[in-house]
Amino acid sequence: MPRSLLRDWLLLGPGLTWLALFLVVPCGIVFVFAFFERGVYGGIDYIFTLENFSRAFDPLYLSIFLTSAKVAGLATLIALLIGYPAAYAIARAPARRQTAYLVLVMLPFWSNYLIRTYAWIVLLNREGLVNKGLATLGLVQEPLPLLYNEFAIITGLVYNYLPFVVLAIYSSISRLNPEVLEASEDLGASAPRTFWRVTLPLTLPGVAAGAVFVFVLSIGNFITPDLLGGGRLQMVGNIIYDQFLTARDWPFGATLSFLLIGVMMALLFSQAVLVRKAQGESGREGAAA
Amino acid sequence: MSYFNKLTSALLAGAAALAVASGASAAEKIVISNWDGYMPADMLERFTAETGIQAELAVHATNEEIMGKVVAGKGKGYDVLFVSSPFVEALKNLGLVAELDHAKIPNMKNLYPEAMKLDYDPGNTVSVPYAWGTTGLCYRSDLVEGTPDSWMDLLKPADALKGKVTMLSTDRWLMAAAFLAEGKSVNSTDDADLAAAKDLLVAAKQDLLAYDDTTFYSKLVSGEASLVHAWDGWCNYGIAENAEIKYVVPKEGSDLWVDTIVVTAASDHKDAAMKFIDFILQADNGAWVPENILYKVPNKAAMEALDPALVEQYPNLGMTPAELLQQEQLRDLGKGQKAFSKTVTEILASN
Repeated sequence: MPRSLLRDWLLLGPGLTWLALFLVVPCGIVFVFAFFERGVYGGIDYIFTLENFSRAFDPLYLSIFLTSAKVAGLATLIALLIGYPAAYAIARAPARRQTAYLVLVMLPFWSNYLIRTYAWIVLLNREGLVNKGLATLGLVQEPLPLLYNEFAIITGLVYNYLPFVVLAIYSSISRLNPEVLEASEDLGASAPRTFWRVTLPLTLPGVAAGAVFVFVLSIGNFITPDLLGGGRLQMVGNIIYDQFLTARDWPFGATLSFLLIGVMMALLFSQAVLVRKAQGESGREGAAA
Repeated sequence: MSYFNKLTSALLAGAAALAVASGASAAEKIVISNWDGYMPADMLERFTAETGIQAELAVHATNEEIMGKVVAGKGKGYDVLFVSSPFVEALKNLGLVAELDHAKIPNMKNLYPEAMKLDYDPGNTVSVPYAWGTTGLCYRSDLVEGTPDSWMDLLKPADALKGKVTMLSTDRWLMAAAFLAEGKSVNSTDDADLAAAKDLLVAAKQDLLAYDDTTFYSKLVSGEASLVHAWDGWCNYGIAENAEIKYVVPKEGSDLWVDTIVVTAASDHKDAAMKFIDFILQADNGAWVPENILYKVPNKAAMEALDPALVEQYPNLGMTPAELLQQEQLRDLGKGQKAFSKTVTEILASN
């Protein structure tokens, strides 16, 4: 084996081992379990069956998939609409202040996901800070139904995953070559036109990366629908959780997990294609930066 | 790809070797898995002081969590488990729990006679009941007009209570509310019963504030909810903070839930594990539960020594074993589980 090849494998070794042990093998097990039967008292009977798949394609589970996709899609859209301007502002701020802003973006991650989610319950409930505040100001007579609905779930998801969007888009915008923008201006394009024709297309990989983060993390989330949604809205994550734990139906839980993994793989693949395409269009320059 | 396959199989072989090596170590120590805070903090220390047996506590948040671990690992690594009654039945049928030798658990005599003939394990062959109780309605008597006495008060709430009630979403109790309201068995998996329960619960969802299995009593205390579906012991936590909170078993009845202690079939220290169960059944150790976490125990000696003032403040602690045994016990659903859990999903996913 040539020396450089050996070196490459040594460098890749720990990462590959990790992925193989904790990603590929578990996914393989999930896939295999999807083809067996649930034991009468839980556990697995090793009898081959396709029944789990026919159960999964019941309209009930498809509608839950669609609901999850809708919630995750809305959360993604809102996170992008909030995250892009924020990332743009940070990337255009003086260099010494950018670090401070980025630390602020990351700050929520210093506390636990559950605690942050419970904090939203304290804010949004009928007797919570927001409703009490609005009532004190005389803006509402009856408390607003802010919690235990789709609004609360989307709010929680956007809040929790927004930092990923800001970081992904920030890294794209900060790598943007200012000369390209100057060229556009010199050629007579207005600021909005420069944004639509130059800035946005060139930062699309960052937008796609951020969007995939939010969507993938949201569609599989089960804690937020449970706590902020009050369990009234079921997402795929809740169903998978319930099948593995409450119903102790591992094969069916595995089937649903596998279908969810499939959706996510398709998304990640299309994101990769989009990035490659965008890099192809921006030519050598993008690759060199 | 072939390189990758070799790598994977090499890794698997390595993992298997590690697993074998770690299974070899064995000392006179038992591992107990219990819900957090479900026994005195110094319990294990006192057990070690009395018996010389080392004990380690692992905690689980739910029955489902410990079932997952035990089924996946065939119970290896655990000696004593605390699980609720339907799970005892499943564990027994899966061959994961050990037969109990009553000669090694003399304190079994402290149990009420009723606690020796529970349907899920008559004669306590593989399990010992630790705490028991009912599921019913917990409400703010100052916010609810009259005295709720029926499951329909929860499922079809009065206009003033709409949007101010919560229900348990854990499958068995969610369904039990509707089954009991309709005069059916809480263990039914009959198609017609499931369909009727579904209709009732889908309609009831419209009037719910939320499903809540963990913080319902604090919603009562804050006034966010006025009437909640609750386990009696948890309702007591609300009563402790607000004396206007009351608990009632609806006239249609309740389920009888029993939390139990079992020894795993995989345990290498079954005698030590049974000594631990015997220790738990001592009257003073049993009394800790009602005194501190406000659950009833099937330990006659412990309950008879209970301070009457406690029963006055938390009336459901005074329910007699005979009253409890009138309620139907939750059983494992076996083959009926698939249809049952699909119905639950349909209810929870309905709009």
